[in-house]
Amino acid sequence: MARDSQAALVALNRFGLGARGGASGDLINAASDPRGFVKAELVRGSGVLLEAPGLQSTQQLGLAVFAYQDQVKQAREAAKAAAPAGTPSPAEQKPGLRRNLSLNAAATEVAGQMTEARPADNAAKPDAMQPNAAPPAAKPAPQPLNVIQKTFRTEALARLQRATLATCGFTERLVAFWSNHFCISATKGELARIWAGAFEREAIRPHVLGRFADMLRAVEQHPAMLFFLDNQQSLGPDSRAGQNRKRGLNENLAREIMELHTLGVGGGYTQDDVTSLARIITGWTFAGRQGQLGTPGSFVFNSNAHQPGAQMLLGKTYEPTGLAQGEAALAEIARHPSTANFIATKFVRHFVADDPPPGLVAQLRDVFVRTDGDLKALAAALIDSDEAWKAPLTKMRSPYDFLVASGRLLARVPEDPGAYLNSLNLLGQPLWSPAGPNGFPDTGAAWAAPEGMKLRLDIAAQMGARLGPNIDPLDLLEFAAADAASIETRRTIERAESRQQALALLLMSPEMQRR
Amino acid sequence: MIDCVENRLLTSRRSLLLGGASFAAWAYLPKFARAADGRDPRLIVVILRGALDGLSTVAPIGDPDYAGLHGSIALAADGAHPAIMLDSFFALHPAMPELARMYRDKHAAVVHAVATPYRDRSHFDGQDVLESGYAGPGRVQSGWLNRALEALPRGERVSSALAVGPTTPLVLRGNAPTVGWAPVALPQADDDTAMRLVDLYRHRDPALAIALSQGLQFDKAAVGDDMKPKAGNQVAQMRQVARGAAKLMASDDGPRIAALAFDGWDTHANEGGPVGRLAFLLGGLDGALAEFESGLGERWRDTVVVVATEFGRTARINGTDGTDHGTGTIALLAGGAVKGGRVISDWPGLKLANLHEGRDLKPTTDLRSVIKGVLQGQFGLSDRVLAETVFPDSVTAKPMQGLV
Repeated sequence: MARDSQAALVALNRFGLGARGGASGDLINAASDPRGFVKAELVRGSGVLLEAPGLQSTQQLGLAVFAYQDQVKQAREAAKAAAPAGTPSPAEQKPGLRRNLSLNAAATEVAGQMTEARPADNAAKPDAMQPNAAPPAAKPAPQPLNVIQKTFRTEALARLQRATLATCGFTERLVAFWSNHFCISATKGELARIWAGAFEREAIRPHVLGRFADMLRAVEQHPAMLFFLDNQQSLGPDSRAGQNRKRGLNENLAREIMELHTLGVGGGYTQDDVTSLARIITGWTFAGRQGQLGTPGSFVFNSNAHQPGAQMLLGKTYEPTGLAQGEAALAEIARHPSTANFIATKFVRHFVADDPPPGLVAQLRDVFVRTDGDLKALAAALIDSDEAWKAPLTKMRSPYDFLVASGRLLARVPEDPGAYLNSLNLLGQPLWSPAGPNGFPDTGAAWAAPEGMKLRLDIAAQMGARLGPNIDPLDLLEFAAADAASIETRRTIERAESRQQALALLLMSPEMQRR
Repeated sequence: MIDCVENRLLTSRRSLLLGGASFAAWAYLPKFARAADGRDPRLIVVILRGALDGLSTVAPIGDPDYAGLHGSIALAADGAHPAIMLDSFFALHPAMPELARMYRDKHAAVVHAVATPYRDRSHFDGQDVLESGYAGPGRVQSGWLNRALEALPRGERVSSALAVGPTTPLVLRGNAPTVGWAPVALPQADDDTAMRLVDLYRHRDPALAIALSQGLQFDKAAVGDDMKPKAGNQVAQMRQVARGAAKLMASDDGPRIAALAFDGWDTHANEGGPVGRLAFLLGGLDGALAEFESGLGERWRDTVVVVATEFGRTARINGTDGTDHGTGTIALLAGGAVKGGRVISDWPGLKLANLHEGRDLKPTTDLRSVIKGVLQGQFGLSDRVLAETVFPDSVTAKPMQGLV
């Protein structure tokens, strides 16, 4: 069978997470049947779900965070009683956040954790250098992690390991795409941080190869999203709670549902529609620590907070059917032509080009409409389109994709997420923590910025310094790109003055940076 | 083409981490053959990655063919930046006054026209041979220095606990435990790596070339010889690494053996003569040697520093005022324990017929003989251990006598 290495690069880098090193044979397999290699993951739909020891449900995590907050409160009160006024107690330090983490400390930590990772093959005896030996300028001993930090790291590690081990990584790329489309930010508070991973596992993953409308409903009813966009505070002005507490609507979630999740800006909705949708979804909340409405940390519909009466939304009337009113509204918005257009555009922009080819967008929009938002069909249509394979590899890998691709190529399964998390922080893509509800940007302008490139190089040099001595850089180039590598890239690596430098240059090569 | 990399130093760049130092961590102080005389020997191995131009570092000014071959970058005994005459034939690069002083004090020596057994010209494989101590590349994941350590007899217990640095160089990897240390700084890619990447991007990805160049804050005006050492640059970093290593090794319970690596010696273009890129790096190396000396204090008396590189460079300069991968080069020895003040060389001459493959300085001394001589002199290792364990299959490379 003819082998097309260039198409293999498209398969592995544009759609997947890059070729794995070692004995994976990824590049050869992808070169033999590029489209089949990518599509194989769509068939194995079960591989999208993520279940691993130590991963807990949103409800369990809700209970854990409430218990933790109670402990902190008690400790603070005990300290106040014991200490003279005005002395801050340790408990008052914000949990969940590293304090005064300097860039240097972070980078040193990155470096340190890259060392701790063990080579996947044991050909080389690991250095006997003990990471716990105290450096001359030692960092202060880290505080033990609290349940929120531990959970965040466990979730991050599970995601990273899955991404590192996936064959092509197309479904993991889809997960990341949808997770960023329907993003929450862990920086919102303790609940958001502890729930960030569970949100993705529970609301995104089950629907990545399912229906858009189902994902939409799962997302907007997930406690993490309700907390992130303040819907638990939104009360129908005429609801019992609204009347009692003299408080009313919070339009945050309703606006973002239409602007960011479905119709898009200019998608044909008005301020009145935003307000209507906000009224429709009043009462969508989660049970708090007291558990008055249900199991703490679970989604509940609180009819006491729900705005009574019918609502007009996007020219259609929704009868007062409680929870079903909102579910019907979401189902309708999911079918709106603007939604099809918005999703198709974003999808093509993410996978193919910053400036998405209109023909391909139109094609995917039609698939979305025709299949009533079947996301597997949408993904398959992308893989089936010639345009997606012909377009030059101009997309810049996001920091996450770059780090994961590097780890895959080096055949190193992470055992600790620290190095990745710190590198992502440095490179401006902190995991599950975009600056706003619009998620991380998806263009070269964002990821190929000067400072970002310099930091990428520094991180690549670190990886080179640590891992370079044990690898053959030209072997890695074969795994990564084979004869699709440019002659200049090959020469640059051949002529590097050390294996360490060669690895840094390989990781930074256009073949590894573009997709 | 990498050979055409513009040779510009990023004067506004941040500090660079060239490499940490790694040490042998000893649970026991070895009993040396000559422990009775109160010596407490120290050994520091400095690897120069990228292949040092030995003909530009210790120039055979007395060889009639040298000036013609090395052309625009040849050193001379006169002129604005005269080389420092070591004897009537060899002259040291003017960027190395500290080494020159040590040489005059008979605490430094040069071995010229030296090479490992490796005869191809790949940096990766050359470094593998240099550090593993095996006759060919890719055979083993341990280094000769570690194996030498394992062969030492155990003496009294000493404690040593040092911090983690970057990676342990291959030369010190193996069964004997090692520890590392590195200056705590944000480790960054060095200028040479950055330049190579920018060059690749210029050819393949102009947008990334612009972005990275801006990120690196290229100083458009800093071109060619305008390379004045500034705080926080490569030279300062080399000194810093050496200072830290010396401090750790000076203590009574500190490590006796260290290895470290300095990068950046692959001078394909605009190598420079008495001033320029190589001069700048040699100045850094000279500074590092001075830091070893001052930092080790009393211990300097019993110290040997070995400076070695994977291979040499072409005798004739190339079309970009640099040199390409070659074969024969120099090794430097410095330290109070060195019987110095000599350039040790069976000089092959630079006539075309005498060059290795008509292009490189012909190696006439096996680098393993030099290192064996140092190990034997410092630690009393036997010929047999050196020929079988430390440098397997090296019976023909006899330890050089009288170095220590």
